[in-house]
Amino acid sequence: MEWEVVIGLEVHAQLNTASKIFCGCSTAFGAAPNTQTCPVCLALPGALPVLNAAAVDKAIALGLAVNAQINKRSVFARKNYFYPDLPKGYQISQYELPIVGKGTLTIALPDGREKLVGITRAHLEEDAGKSLHEAFSGQTGIDLNRAGTPLLEIVSEPDMRSPAEAVAYLKKLHALVRYLDVCDGNMQEGSFRCDANVSLRRPGAPFGTRAEVKNLNSFRFLEKAIEYEMERQQDILESGGKIVQETRLFDANKGETRSMRSKEEANDYRYFPDPDLLPLVFDEARIGAVRAALPELPDAKRDRFMQQYGLPAYDAGVLTASRAVADYYETVAVGVDAKMAANWVMGDLLGALNKAGLEMEGCPVAAEKLRILLQRIGDQTISGKIAKDIFELIFAEGGEVDAIIDSRGLRQITDSGAIAGLIDEIIAANPQQVADYRGGKDKLLAFFVGQVMKASKGKANPDQVNASLREKLKAGSQ
Amino acid sequence: MDLSEASLRELRDALRSRRVSARELARFYLDRVAAHNPALNAFITITEAEALAAATAADGRLAAGEEGALLGIPMAHKDIFCTEGVRTTCASRMLEQFIAPYNATVVERLRAAGMVMLGKLNMDEFAMGSSNETSHFGAVRNPWDLQRVPGGSSGGSAAAVAARLVPAATGTDTGGSIRQPAALCGVTGIKPTYGRVSRYGMIAFASSLDQGGPLAKTAEDCALLLEAMAGHDPRDATSHPEAAGTFAATLDAPLKGLRVGVPEEFFGAGLDPEVAAAVEAGIRILAAQGAVIKPIHLSNNAHAVSTYYVLAPAEASSNLARFDGVRYTYRAAGVEDLTDLYQRSRYEGFGAEVRRRILIGTYVLSAGYYDAYYLKAQQVRSLIREDFRQAFAEVDVIVGPTTPTAAFALGDKAQDPVAMYLADIYTIAVNLAGIPAMSIPCGFTAGGLPIGMQLMGNYFTDGLLLNVAHRFQQETDWHRQRPALASAKG
Repeated sequence: MEWEVVIGLEVHAQLNTASKIFCGCSTAFGAAPNTQTCPVCLALPGALPVLNAAAVDKAIALGLAVNAQINKRSVFARKNYFYPDLPKGYQISQYELPIVGKGTLTIALPDGREKLVGITRAHLEEDAGKSLHEAFSGQTGIDLNRAGTPLLEIVSEPDMRSPAEAVAYLKKLHALVRYLDVCDGNMQEGSFRCDANVSLRRPGAPFGTRAEVKNLNSFRFLEKAIEYEMERQQDILESGGKIVQETRLFDANKGETRSMRSKEEANDYRYFPDPDLLPLVFDEARIGAVRAALPELPDAKRDRFMQQYGLPAYDAGVLTASRAVADYYETVAVGVDAKMAANWVMGDLLGALNKAGLEMEGCPVAAEKLRILLQRIGDQTISGKIAKDIFELIFAEGGEVDAIIDSRGLRQITDSGAIAGLIDEIIAANPQQVADYRGGKDKLLAFFVGQVMKASKGKANPDQVNASLREKLKAGSQ
Repeated sequence: MDLSEASLRELRDALRSRRVSARELARFYLDRVAAHNPALNAFITITEAEALAAATAADGRLAAGEEGALLGIPMAHKDIFCTEGVRTTCASRMLEQFIAPYNATVVERLRAAGMVMLGKLNMDEFAMGSSNETSHFGAVRNPWDLQRVPGGSSGGSAAAVAARLVPAATGTDTGGSIRQPAALCGVTGIKPTYGRVSRYGMIAFASSLDQGGPLAKTAEDCALLLEAMAGHDPRDATSHPEAAGTFAATLDAPLKGLRVGVPEEFFGAGLDPEVAAAVEAGIRILAAQGAVIKPIHLSNNAHAVSTYYVLAPAEASSNLARFDGVRYTYRAAGVEDLTDLYQRSRYEGFGAEVRRRILIGTYVLSAGYYDAYYLKAQQVRSLIREDFRQAFAEVDVIVGPTTPTAAFALGDKAQDPVAMYLADIYTIAVNLAGIPAMSIPCGFTAGGLPIGMQLMGNYFTDGLLLNVAHRFQQETDWHRQRPALASAKG
């Protein structure tokens, strides 16, 4: 009998506010240790937190984007535990009354169907600092630059039933936070990371005991960690054992999870409302203002791409998966065949970026340049084949499309007299093939086209070559 | 002029007319501190050099024609307010070496007003105590009787003002910590409405209850000090947007028709008859000025102490978690690992009363006990607030004793925490509700110990309380009495 995996994700999205959630310190990544700190985030005696309104607006934006209930009254609570990189001895979080209540996120499944994943809640909290073990032998260094960085913890329902679904959910949420400009989505720097709750059950049975795998900071790690957990738990269950509710860590080098602490060892966090912060209360007008400023969201954009550009659902989905790609596409597609633009962006461009290990943000070919290149195909200045060569050149070395066409003499030959001359030469040079073609070997047309294109150094207009060849070969057979 | 008896207005006039310079004034009080502090132990840190420099600066501002009500006047801060460059210990071994890189808002405001800080005043450790015996730096002694406690936690503040070591001091009040020592030392002190005075830089004991305020010889002095201390502070999210106020201008308003509530529950068992008699006499003085006296009920006051000893320790257990031996605090020597570092630093760095309250607070917030203790206490807190709401529908101020007895002997209650906690039986409900209250001298016991009368008001009626207290002090001279020690030449 089969096992069914049940997955719920807790995503920590670092909100990309300029300053921390309870003080004015910068949130910039990579500064020298402890240089972005003040009495508040160092937890000096007497220092008090004051809420950053920008973090609140970003939380509301995320809530609206997942059709969630926005709680006009929410409460900050203290989560108490001791750790050296937690300077106050408690983390300010939200517990019983979070800012964002129940919502949903639609994900696309590998087979093309869609699935609705429930979102339980999302709450604001502060990040802890970092413990640095490497640079200090026998000692631990503490860097509190990150302490107090705003986080939005987005908790899903246990609605996912495969690693692929979990990855699709995480990707969708990742795209969403970047669309909304609430989080930079940088997973390597830990700006967007997740914990996965994984359990197995027989289909239709109640949920099994879960293990929580902490701090997964890539889509691949999420997938691997869940796959590993599925195997591990299956082995235990099928050998008659019981799953222990525990927190586990994913070891990316070994591709396995290992136990961190069990439920019995778990902290009693002694949550209680933070008396330093009044309940967070706002009115409908504030929600309305955030709603009015929301950008077009991925699903709406995908539908618009299908309508406005006549793209198939697949293309529209790929192009709108990230706001940067969608914006790029829309810049390219002005005055250019929409489907051709889609093929170029999805194929040549994303392929080249992927190969170079670049994100769209670091793309060396500006959208305006790609648009000019495609316009030169459209106005018959160059062939598609030449365009690909020019694209590779610009991607690697830069340069302007028209200047390259001119300086390298890549302009397409459309003079029918010149093309006819080339064809005549090729026909004359290949009497046997001509005879075979005329004898019914139609497939030889491609051979002649190839020869003509080669003789023109790729510059002859292929359509014209094709038409003219057919005519001349046909004419001779009569 | 006797500088040690002068009011703040008189000192201001003397400074403006150049009868005395700020530097001479600072010198005068520093000499008194040097003479009497050894017997009282009211100061933890004396900042003579800084004080003289600040006084010289104040003289410069005076010479430039600046006119501030407090410019050039000496004072001292309870050692719970962070002072940039001067250590702030909270009377704890934990912070014995802590020097804040910033000033508390209250410190900042009084500095800006030109007050001259003479030093940092002793207190109960982390403001946890009612006798000043829990200080790591030793007990403060009551100037009226050196074998008795000054009250707490702002015991150093009250003793210093009573002995005329400073004309004014700051204190904090979480469950009576300004009013109770003010009563036991025969001085005037006000706990303002919660949200009036910024808590930024004031080391937190119980955040939802803590409030800073002044102690001085008279209500008028307190009014001038509170005007400078109060005001909205964007660095404190619980600071009220309309925290600022003017209190001195309304001090003389007549009391005719003032409705004064006297809570029956404040005059029951446990109240010393001498204290009762003095307070009743004080109420008659208000009546003589045209106030209408009405008996009222604060029926949930009986639960105030137990409610407080759930909520205050709960908040304290979390507030004091930052003192962990990792950064700026005391750190135990030769620790084995992280857990050992935490346990021993905190065991050795905190005194017994602080440890007791951290344990109580941790317990009441623990899984399985939260509902029965913390949540229940919050519900009772609402009932106590409701008692006051109903009372203030009928009366303008509430009057009663500040403490059940006059100052008790050192060591008397040190071994009995519950007896100690009951010293605050009349003051705690005020903090739970967040309303303003003050204590003013209203008599003496046969043994010559001062007795305090408490005035309580509705939210943001701090000005009315000061007005009533001032009118009372126009009719009485209890606040002008001073201990023999203070009369000795300094």
